Parts: sequence; structure tokens; C-alpha cells
Amino acid sequence: MNDVAAYALRLGDDALVLAQRLGEWSARAPDLEEDLALTNIALDLLGQARALLTRAGELESAGRDEDDLAFLRGDREFCNALIVEQPNGDFARTIARQLLFSTYQLALYDRLCDSADEVLSGVAAKAVKEVAYHRDHAREWTLRLGDGTQESHRRMQDGIDWMWPLAGELFECDELNERLVRRGIAVDARALRPAWEHVVTDVLEEATLAVPETDWAPSGGRYGRHGEALGHMLAVMQSTHRAHPGATW
Amino acid sequence: MNDLWEVFVRARRGLSHQHVGSLHAPDARMALRNARDVYTRRQEGVSVWVVPASAITASSPDEKDAFFDPAGDKPYRHPTFYDVPDGVPHL
Repeated sequence: MNDVAAYALRLGDDALVLAQRLGEWSARAPDLEEDLALTNIALDLLGQARALLTRAGELESAGRDEDDLAFLRGDREFCNALIVEQPNGDFARTIARQLLFSTYQLALYDRLCDSADEVLSGVAAKAVKEVAYHRDHAREWTLRLGDGTQESHRRMQDGIDWMWPLAGELFECDELNERLVRRGIAVDARALRPAWEHVVTDVLEEATLAVPETDWAPSGGRYGRHGEALGHMLAVMQSTHRAHPGATW
Repeated sequence: MNDLWEVFVRARRGLSHQHVGSLHAPDARMALRNARDVYTRRQEGVSVWVVPASAITASSPDEKDAFFDPAGDKPYRHPTFYDVPDGVPHL
């Protein structure tokens, strides 16, 4: 697979896997309003994933479309970051993931608008508005849970502590990323970290939450090395397509 | 802690806000965001108001006759004696 296709697949897999995770909240969220909020966000991400996987399929020139890539790959072929595949946990943990990931994704898409690849820049330009809302949603909930009751504070801190070490992988810049940065196609992931830390730290402090201190930095998702949970998630996500190949609405 | 809020949406510039329903939210900022997610996801609006349901004073069904019936036999108040010009869809 060529560089640009692999890069589009990374971004697309991040969006697809997180969309599926958020979709798992459907009919299980704390209330009707939040049910719709989380599934709206999931649909935004799914839309981004469709465009990115389609682009990856075109550039790969192996005849795979978005459905083939989404439903007919095994977990070792997915190149999403580890943070998006984490099981939802409780509502606070899901919000913690939303805060850390959407802050990263907003900074990424903001810069990707200038990509030399027309499809990547087009997807980014449309998605920036969507993700700005995702981050706003996560921020509002982080403030309320962190600076809420003793119980909500404890759960929000647990969520942040769980997700924080996994965020580091988002800012890794490997050789593929470097080659594409030189061609003006990709965003240098390392460059996103300072602004990300600034935004996230501000929110955590306002929410009376502690910024975790840890050296643990799990990684490997970009190369298909995932946790056990991703396989279970994909089994659910892919079962209908695999049971009924080629089915359409 | 989850109060009831009434939601008003303006479909586009030039129209007034219409009541579309209600929702629960812990405070005004969250009510506005919930309203966006629940009531404008199919491009229904360009502006949203949320109002605490407790802030609304409503007419009572018991007062219905005294409130509304006296207007029933006064057709001269209705704007039905004019021709609406073409090209004025929202009069």
C-alpha cells in the first residue's frame, strides 16, 4: 500500500473505530439527550471514515472500497490508535476519551486543511466544524463531572487516568509520516502536542482534575498491534456484512 | 438536578422562533447543546432558544371559555377581507 493510502487509512480507522465505540452508547446513554449527542458525534465520525477509507481504497488500486476496508479486514490490519478502541467504560471514561481525542483531531484537521492531497484537505475542511463541536461537548461534560459531586469527580479522574497514557501514540511521527510531511500531504503529529497539552490541561484544571503523571506510553496501533478488545468490537461491527456478503439496503 | 427546558427553534432568517418541544438538562449551556442535538440535527434551524419550563406561565384549561370563546363570533377581526399579494409567502 502506498504512503498516502496508508495515511488515509490511519485517519479513517481512527474515525471508524471511535464511531463504532460511540455507537455502542445508542439506547444506553444516561438520558435521551445524551444518547442523541453521542450518536450524532458517532455519525460525524462515520462520515469522515467513509471518505477517508474510500480515498485509501482508490489510492491502493487493489479494487477495495470503503465497505471492503471496514468489514473485511482483521484486527491486525487495522491501524487506528489504541485510544479509540478502548472499551467505553462508564460515561466519564467515554467523555475523557472524547476530550483527549477530539482536541487532538481538531488540531490535526485544522492543519490538514492545507494538505496537498485534495481529498484529505477536503475531508478536513468539512470535519473541522464537526470536531469543534465534539470538543466543546467533551469540555462541557468534563467541567461538570470533574467539578460536580464527589462521585462524578472520582469517576472523571479515573477516566482521565485511564485514557491519558494512550494519548501519547497520537503524536508519534514515524518514517511514513515524515515522508508525507516533506511532500506537504500529512501533518507532523509531533507538532500538535504543545497546543493539545495546553488546551487539555486548561480544561482539566478548570474541572479541578489532576493532570496524570506517567511514563507509561503504550503504542503499536498504527502497525496493527492492538488490545484484545478491538477484535471483539470488530466481530460485532462486521458480523452482518460477513454473514450477508454484498447485501444492500 | 435535571431540569425541564422548553425549546424554541427559528427555521430561518425572517421567521420567528417556534416551540418544538422540551428536554432535560442540568443548566442553560447544556440545555442549548442538547437542543442542538435533539431538535436541529436535520437542519431545522439557524437559531435556538431554551427557556426553563418553570419560567412559563400558562393559561389554565379551566379558564378556556373566558379566555378564548368571546373571540369566536367576531369574524371582522380576521384578516380574511384582503387579497394577499403574490410573492409574499410568509404574511
